[in-house]
Amino acid sequence: MTDAPQSRHSAFQVLTGVFSLPAGARIGIGPMIAAALLIAIVLASILAPLYVPFDPLKMNSSARLSPPTDDFLLGTDQFGRDTFSRVMTGGRISLLIGVGAALVSVIIGLLIGLVAGFFRIADSIIMRIMDSLMAMPAILLAIALVALNGPSLTSVIMAITIPEIPRVVRLVRSVVLSAREEPYVEAAIALGSSMPKILLRHLMPNTFAPLIVQGTYICASAILLEAILSFLGAGVSTEIPTWGNIMAEGRTYFQIKPGLIFWPGLLLSLCILAINLLGDTARDMLDPRLKKREG
Amino acid sequence: MARSLSLLRARAPLAAINNKDPQSMFVYILKRVLATIPVMVIVAIFVFLLLRLTPGDPAAILAGDAATPAQIERIRDRLGLNDPLLVQFFTWIGQLLRGDMGTSLLSNTPVSGMVASRLGPTINIALMTIVISVALAVPMGVIAAWRHRTWVDFLVMAFSVLGFSVPVFVIGYILIQIFAIDLRWVPVQGYKDPSEGLGAFFSRAILPSLTLATIYIALIARMTRASMLEVLGEDYIRTARAKGVRENTLLFRHALRNAAVPILTIIGTGFALLISGVVVTESVFNIPGIGRLTVDAILARDYPVIQAMILLTAGIYVFVNLLVDISYSFFDPRIRY
Amino acid sequence: MLSLRNLTKNPSGLAAALLAGTAMLVPGAMSAQEKENVITAVMHSPLRVLDPIITTAHITRDHGYMVYDVLTAVDDTFTPQPQMADWEISDDNLVYTFTLRDGLTFHDGAPVTGEDVVASLKRWGDRDSGGQLIFDVTESLEATDDKTIVWTLSEPFGPMLDVISKQSAVPPFIMPARIAATSPDETITEYIGSGPFVFNTDEYEPGVSVTYEKFDEYVPRDEPASWMAGGKVVNVDKVIWTAMPDAVTAVNALGAGEIDYIEMSQMDLIPLMESNPDVVVETRDKLGYVTIGRPNHMQPPFDNKLVRQAAMAALDQKSVLETMQGSEEYYNVCGAIFGCSTPLGDEADSELLTGGANIEKAKALLEEAGYDGTPIVLMAPTDVVTLVNQPVVAAQALREAGFTVDMQSMDWQSVVQRRPNQGPVDEGGWHIFFTNWMVPEISDPLINVMVNGRGDDAWFGWPDDPKIEELRADFIAATDDATRKEVAVEIQKHVMDNVNYIMLGEYITPQARRTAIENILPSPVPVFWNVTKKME
Repeated sequence: MTDAPQSRHSAFQVLTGVFSLPAGARIGIGPMIAAALLIAIVLASILAPLYVPFDPLKMNSSARLSPPTDDFLLGTDQFGRDTFSRVMTGGRISLLIGVGAALVSVIIGLLIGLVAGFFRIADSIIMRIMDSLMAMPAILLAIALVALNGPSLTSVIMAITIPEIPRVVRLVRSVVLSAREEPYVEAAIALGSSMPKILLRHLMPNTFAPLIVQGTYICASAILLEAILSFLGAGVSTEIPTWGNIMAEGRTYFQIKPGLIFWPGLLLSLCILAINLLGDTARDMLDPRLKKREG
Repeated sequence: MARSLSLLRARAPLAAINNKDPQSMFVYILKRVLATIPVMVIVAIFVFLLLRLTPGDPAAILAGDAATPAQIERIRDRLGLNDPLLVQFFTWIGQLLRGDMGTSLLSNTPVSGMVASRLGPTINIALMTIVISVALAVPMGVIAAWRHRTWVDFLVMAFSVLGFSVPVFVIGYILIQIFAIDLRWVPVQGYKDPSEGLGAFFSRAILPSLTLATIYIALIARMTRASMLEVLGEDYIRTARAKGVRENTLLFRHALRNAAVPILTIIGTGFALLISGVVVTESVFNIPGIGRLTVDAILARDYPVIQAMILLTAGIYVFVNLLVDISYSFFDPRIRY
Repeated sequence: MLSLRNLTKNPSGLAAALLAGTAMLVPGAMSAQEKENVITAVMHSPLRVLDPIITTAHITRDHGYMVYDVLTAVDDTFTPQPQMADWEISDDNLVYTFTLRDGLTFHDGAPVTGEDVVASLKRWGDRDSGGQLIFDVTESLEATDDKTIVWTLSEPFGPMLDVISKQSAVPPFIMPARIAATSPDETITEYIGSGPFVFNTDEYEPGVSVTYEKFDEYVPRDEPASWMAGGKVVNVDKVIWTAMPDAVTAVNALGAGEIDYIEMSQMDLIPLMESNPDVVVETRDKLGYVTIGRPNHMQPPFDNKLVRQAAMAALDQKSVLETMQGSEEYYNVCGAIFGCSTPLGDEADSELLTGGANIEKAKALLEEAGYDGTPIVLMAPTDVVTLVNQPVVAAQALREAGFTVDMQSMDWQSVVQRRPNQGPVDEGGWHIFFTNWMVPEISDPLINVMVNGRGDDAWFGWPDDPKIEELRADFIAATDDATRKEVAVEIQKHVMDNVNYIMLGEYITPQARRTAIENILPSPVPVFWNVTKKME
């Protein structure tokens, strides 16, 4: 493996932005706006219970599908529940699913990837299993997994996570494979450092930067996948509002009450847009080959 | 996307097989084909176990709402669902090896027949999607890279990120509303095989293909832009430019050719993405394809159909990526087998 | 011609060119069907099981009425009428002699014989709960000649003809003897009947579409069609049922004239269709459906009658129905367990159900019962449109009354799979679920499976209720309508007290059709005889 990413940035550097940035690569206005937007959406979602006017589950059968009024800022859904309260509260769960799926797949993928990259014997077996997982269409696998465990929050996160793991494993493995050729790693091996120490101290830090980039993409695609699972009837229970299941339940009313799809859809799209943009920015900063052109 | 980048890197050792012997190409292909066998076996075991551990009883579903537990139990016996797991597994594998995909528990029709009639619509829509996407996305990506950091670049990138951010079914509904309901240019739903008339086929396939293409365009445009940027930074391009080679020739003949490998890769790996889009568009546009067949089968716990479908889509995925790998050599002169 | 090079140079042109090109071709595509008179219908569910005896699924029953015929059938007054056969009853009510009418032919050309009828009835009797009751008292059932079937009972069975004429869920469809010889636990593989439509095997795609062609040799009766009885006159060449997974898509397709008929339209989409002058939304089946909640009588706390009564008090028919249906036009608050517009229906003692939620009373009952806050596991299906709303509304109401509710969402098939589990919740059991029935399926104590009180052998929920079994025996023994009605009212009162199940009201699902489709028979089962389609 000769073509692996050459990044040598630590997580600390990525998070704090303390790089030796090439002269031309300044962070543009786009990522700034994206970051501001994302922070706004995240805060608005986390703090939702403090300011939304209604319990997102409170039904009012006399005010079904109400248009926006002073009480119901964005109208109500088919149960007479307040759309504004549901959309804002729904953001918390959607973001939780996104972040949860990203964290779980990155952590599990990192562990498996380290093992695969370092131990030759384990490598071929693990990679065959990963190839198989990757060959199965993620959406079908996810539907089957949700059917298996019931549509709880955990099972939806797991269903989204499992198909993502092989991609993380491949990434980590390739970084490890190239890093272990480095003189300082070979030196550590020669000096008889223990395996866990080599893995954790010398090899793992190399994976942080690409993993953070990968994590942002997983987060974005998990939020989107949750919406698609809801659309197919395999999403989170309707008692837990998410942007995805609000849209899925609202799709029947697309022509009568487009707001039921529009508002959660808008927040979801903005959120994914912002996450992806930040992911791109991070990647551009970390990819030395792009810098060559800038410089 | 980073996901594709990581894949690309995993594939890179191909380039290392730097052998000029033409025979080794054949050996390489043979090796790759053989390597798919364990993958498919693991998929088969995984799917089988997943289903048998899933709550759900095809017999209860078959019997309907008013059946008694005793009646359901008798049907379970008949369907062989009470046999030990190992027996069920090897019965299934035995059938597969004889080329028999089994019989749907619910409709009592051969799975192979169901798949045969459902595969056509999905493949046709998928091909049309790929054609539309490549035709739109590659020029978009090239132009964006060429005009790097201008408003053109910004627009292309904005569009391609947007394509990722809007759920497929929303795009589908919007297209239906505009083109089928308001403008009445095309039918709202349905599918006709090209053999029933190209007009009938295109008029029904165009909206689902465009819907699916939004993700794909986003993906390919981004990848094209990224790899073009990389190639445009190479010394030989700078030299060519300095020598006065026309910008068009430079972009499309020299740079794009060299950027083709990652683009091809993304078409291959994007296939998985296409499948998940297909499942949704088939239900929005009422297309009788394999995506719907599989989702319906999962919801009805029709084991033989689910097993066959997941194995089949995995097989197609493996096959498409094999083709992509092999086609690298045509595009990238640096790769030899 | 556009060359590929041009397209790559001018990408935006491609989509435009494709769209414009296809737009011109659409009218041409429509002309292929002009010669034949075809109705394309979207039914309530896709058809996947073709054996109308093995399953109680409504869509398969509807398929049965297309392809097969029945001996006797009820008309719109619930009165059994001859269909394939006339009958005579001996004076001691023990011997029923059926005589087949002339001109009955299977789709493969063979005449319908007594042998076919006997074989079909036996297979049906093994599957259908009503049929089982008759066969329990059957001494012999045989064909004495090609046209005559003699059914001898060991003791009188009052509702004999009502059961044989039942229109739902499993009517005794008549098939050729060789097909009826299939084990009742296995699905049939040949689809030949003697009904008004022929099933087209080649064009059948499970879960997607099914095509029926007019059976030219079918001889309809002379009487006008009335529900499942009378002459089944077919006025179209072909009927195609096509499945649409997305309700919005179906409505759009109806509006655009791509389909002719939607059997059940989703309530909230009705305004959308009504605004289209080419579409009519109307009620076909005035009886409609009931929606019910079924508690698990085997597990605490619902093994306690007081807790069941508390649940009943907490629920409010109106808010359930309003959420399901949206407009009062399409639902009916009704406390009669046998339905409000049926001969046996009576609303005795049902004020608790129909008078709105009585949270105070529910709380008092819970107090009295000593309910300890055990969470109630409520199974909530996510993928069946007509069952999505009830659990959500009920969970909310039960919580208000002081129940701890654990609403567990799952797909309908998981409900179906979990429902037979009699164990406690931590072993995969459950406390309450909701379902819907067609009114004719709950309209008397023999057909209505929820008033079966035989404990383990009863329908899911398993009430062990000797009192109701006594009343049901009285019902079978009763020989005149007045006595039967009296017994039925007793059963109604008993169910209201014992809460065998919670009746949540009646609702109607209107159908939608293009104006070209006319003369749809107003029957509970959607049928395609009598219907006409105006050719453009």
